Amino acid sequence: MRSIPAPSPPGPALGLYVHWPYCRRICPYCDFNVVRHRGRETEARALVAAILRDIAAHRARTGPRRLVSIFLGGGTPSLMRPEDVAEIIAAARGAWSPAADLEVSLEANPTDAEAEGFAALAGAGVNRLSLGVQSLSDEALARLGRNHDAATARRAVARAQTAFARVSLDLIHSWPGQDEWAWRSDLEAALALGPEHISAYELTFEPGTAFTRARDRGRMVAPDEDHRARLFALTGEVLSGHGFQAYEISNFARSPAARARHNLIYWRGEDYVGVGPGAHGRLTLDGVRIATEAPRAIDAYVKAAGDEGPAGAWLALTAQEAALERLAMGLRLAEGVPLADLAALAVDPMRIAELGAFVDVQEGRLIVRPSARAVTDRLALELCPV
Amino acid sequence: MPTPLDQIRNFSIVAHIDHGKSTLSDRLIQATGGLTDREMKEQVLDSMEIERERGITIKAQTVRLTYKADDGQTYVLNLMDTPGHVDFAYEVSRSLAACEGSLLVVDASQGVEAQTLANVYQALEHDHEIVPVLNKVDLPAAEPDRVRQQIEDVIGIDASDAVSCSAKTGLGIHDVLEAIVTRLPPPKGDPAAPLKALLVDAWYDPYLGVVVLVRVFDGVLKAGAQVRMMQAGATYKVDKIGVFKPKATDVESLGPGEVGFITAQIKEVADAAVGDTLTEERRPTAQALTGFKPVQPVVFCGLFPVDAADFEDLRAAVGRLRLNDASFTYEMETSAALGFGFRCGFLGLLHLEIIQERLSREFNLDLIATAPSVIYKVTLTSGETIELHNPADLPDPVKVATIAEPWIRATIFTPDEYLGAVIKLCQDRRGMQKELSYVGARAMAVYDLPLNEVVFDFYDRLKSISKGYASFDYQMLEYREGDLVKMSILVNAEPVDALSMLVHRSRAEARGRGMVEKMKDLIPPHLFVIPIQAAIGGKIIARETVRALRKDVTAKCYGGDASRKRKLLDKQREGKKRLRQFGRVEIPQEAFIAALKMDAD
Repeated sequence: MRSIPAPSPPGPALGLYVHWPYCRRICPYCDFNVVRHRGRETEARALVAAILRDIAAHRARTGPRRLVSIFLGGGTPSLMRPEDVAEIIAAARGAWSPAADLEVSLEANPTDAEAEGFAALAGAGVNRLSLGVQSLSDEALARLGRNHDAATARRAVARAQTAFARVSLDLIHSWPGQDEWAWRSDLEAALALGPEHISAYELTFEPGTAFTRARDRGRMVAPDEDHRARLFALTGEVLSGHGFQAYEISNFARSPAARARHNLIYWRGEDYVGVGPGAHGRLTLDGVRIATEAPRAIDAYVKAAGDEGPAGAWLALTAQEAALERLAMGLRLAEGVPLADLAALAVDPMRIAELGAFVDVQEGRLIVRPSARAVTDRLALELCPV
Repeated sequence: MPTPLDQIRNFSIVAHIDHGKSTLSDRLIQATGGLTDREMKEQVLDSMEIERERGITIKAQTVRLTYKADDGQTYVLNLMDTPGHVDFAYEVSRSLAACEGSLLVVDASQGVEAQTLANVYQALEHDHEIVPVLNKVDLPAAEPDRVRQQIEDVIGIDASDAVSCSAKTGLGIHDVLEAIVTRLPPPKGDPAAPLKALLVDAWYDPYLGVVVLVRVFDGVLKAGAQVRMMQAGATYKVDKIGVFKPKATDVESLGPGEVGFITAQIKEVADAAVGDTLTEERRPTAQALTGFKPVQPVVFCGLFPVDAADFEDLRAAVGRLRLNDASFTYEMETSAALGFGFRCGFLGLLHLEIIQERLSREFNLDLIATAPSVIYKVTLTSGETIELHNPADLPDPVKVATIAEPWIRATIFTPDEYLGAVIKLCQDRRGMQKELSYVGARAMAVYDLPLNEVVFDFYDRLKSISKGYASFDYQMLEYREGDLVKMSILVNAEPVDALSMLVHRSRAEARGRGMVEKMKDLIPPHLFVIPIQAAIGGKIIARETVRALRKDVTAKCYGGDASRKRKLLDKQREGKKRLRQFGRVEIPQEAFIAALKMDAD
């Protein structure tokens, strides 16, 4: 007997991003909206309540939607109490219509203390864990200012694989002093742990971070462009050699099903609600692309996430602005971006032809050739009409 | 009533920059009651903002002082403040021609400088009585005896009765005033003769229109009179006559020996040529004053707005400046690199810098200036000679027979320890040594140099190799033929017109190498490799390569980054408007500015 599928709610599918801003310590290269969590337990309770209010307020604006993904990011959401995680997931599921294969991801730090909570987080409804191991070399972890060593990270990966069906590992390359051998070793060590997904990021010297200050004072030497380009190329080489597909600039999946569905929402320009301090969202309402941005300060967010509406600013993007975002985000994907989505930008077909060594059009989609991925940002600029 | 001749003294002040000319002028005005202390602003005479900032005088100005001397008589003292810089040598000569004597002001701690020398020689050429004044004698480093000796050695005038003063503290100001009255001669002239007056300067005043500064030699200039400018051949009715005390004060007439201003419905400053002779229309003088020279710009450069949309504003601004400065010339120019702009002519490098600064400051314009160049005289194989103001306009080399360039004679004073570096600089710039001597611990080097080599950052180099101690002045010599070639800079095989220049063959390679090295650092990496070449005709003399971009992609890009990426792209697109397209290469305008400012070779 065939079951009759429930009618899909109107409006495009939706993802939910929840920002949890607390960390045990602040990494010296991180420029995210984060604070140390010690002594902020009361505030964290208030924040959970605010997030719940904000979800309800967003629901009032979006109307019924099919919820395909929830992502708890930060910060360090693995520091959240499992009951809070459960409550937020329940609120989201109640607000929108959860898809049968709803992806619920959570970012975690691979320390022993946090790993002990993995089973409880899985019990709360998390089904995909993104583990910030960054490296499996003690030397690299020390240089990166991480609060765990490689052995701890391995234990955490093992526990995660027991608790969650889907595990992704984050790695960082191009830290000062890293050579190709060290990076290859890290990649291979990570592959040996058997994740379905790897995110491999180049270390970026963001303004205002401890690393950038150290570099600017001459105490740290950032690797040069050629070296970074070599490590970037090496990443693709090693991972594709192990059957991983580079479906995005820094993201690699063992199979299409292993891709981060939540992150694909961003790169494909689909709709997502952002709750928590400083969270961004994108919603298509009545055909207009809306950019939302919550207040960055925790107390301001808690105050703003009232019963009167979602916290923060809502800004309607022009068709051209929306297309510009589509270009910048979509070119990052191996699948590229449909030219139809860029109509408002009026990309010149001549320009695409001139850049033929770097980009291609396949079945109506503009893609960056694999050999040119390392210069994707420049290509986005070159494709923009001035 | 015109002042009796024997109660008039007309004088100028000759001094090097920073030796205290303006401060002394101010003191003299103050001491004779021209202004109350409250009205007294620092350096009254340098009234343009740029003049005050740089401590230099650009426009000649004048002030009439009334001084009751120790002999009981009341004198009228006309102080002509002259521009001290070589760029304005002609204006200086006209100011000097309007006076009978000069105060030679020398800093008692620093001594004679190159500029002092050039100006004092000019004053001597005008038969001036010279009163040496040692300024800043209050400074601990002052060495009045040594400087007195130096004045005698270098300039060859008697300095035994030099007046010591400190313009800053007011010390010795009375002695200076007495020396003006007792040691400088009164002017001569015949009030009954036909009017003969020298046009010393002219400027545009927003309220009065063109104001003309005159010195009467013979006759009497009266309001309402019809006067004729003998060179220009134009006639005007005098509206208003006045003197500066230093505030403009109307008078009924100006007699022989007197200095003052007139207004006469003159439309443009260019109609009132400095050095022209004014006479009465009805009873003209038989003989015009000697020494008139039409203004001749010697240094040229292209001025282009950074934002092409500002071109009309630039056109209006250069027009406005020209209204007040007849020595500044301009004509429209187009450049593939820089768009629409103007080819402008200047009296010299300082003049160029001042105009540029006024355009940016007073008219709020963001400008690019091409490398300054001189007028070349190009003789074609057809026998025809053309004047070349812009190296980009050089005819096909096969049609060129010879190229001649202007030379100058430079006088450089430098402390001994920098002499080696100064000589090397002059030699590197194709200089020919004419004289080398010592004046105390300072060396004086006289070189003949091509002006082309001097307009190209010579002065900056001189200052830097001598830690600012060397002083420099020059006078124009004749044109000399040289082995000059046009050097082009090619970016990705496309010539960049704004960077082409005429250089001496012996210097072409060094200049070319310097230029391509600089451009290599200034052109940002593209998606492809970019060769940068310097070439003479078809021959490549230097080459560099801008490597291709290898890595330009954000590592992490998620939901919170969409706005950031969009804003960055928007900003970069905006930035692209400041790029100039050369074939497939986009060159930032900053690159042109920096390349044209090239410092060292």
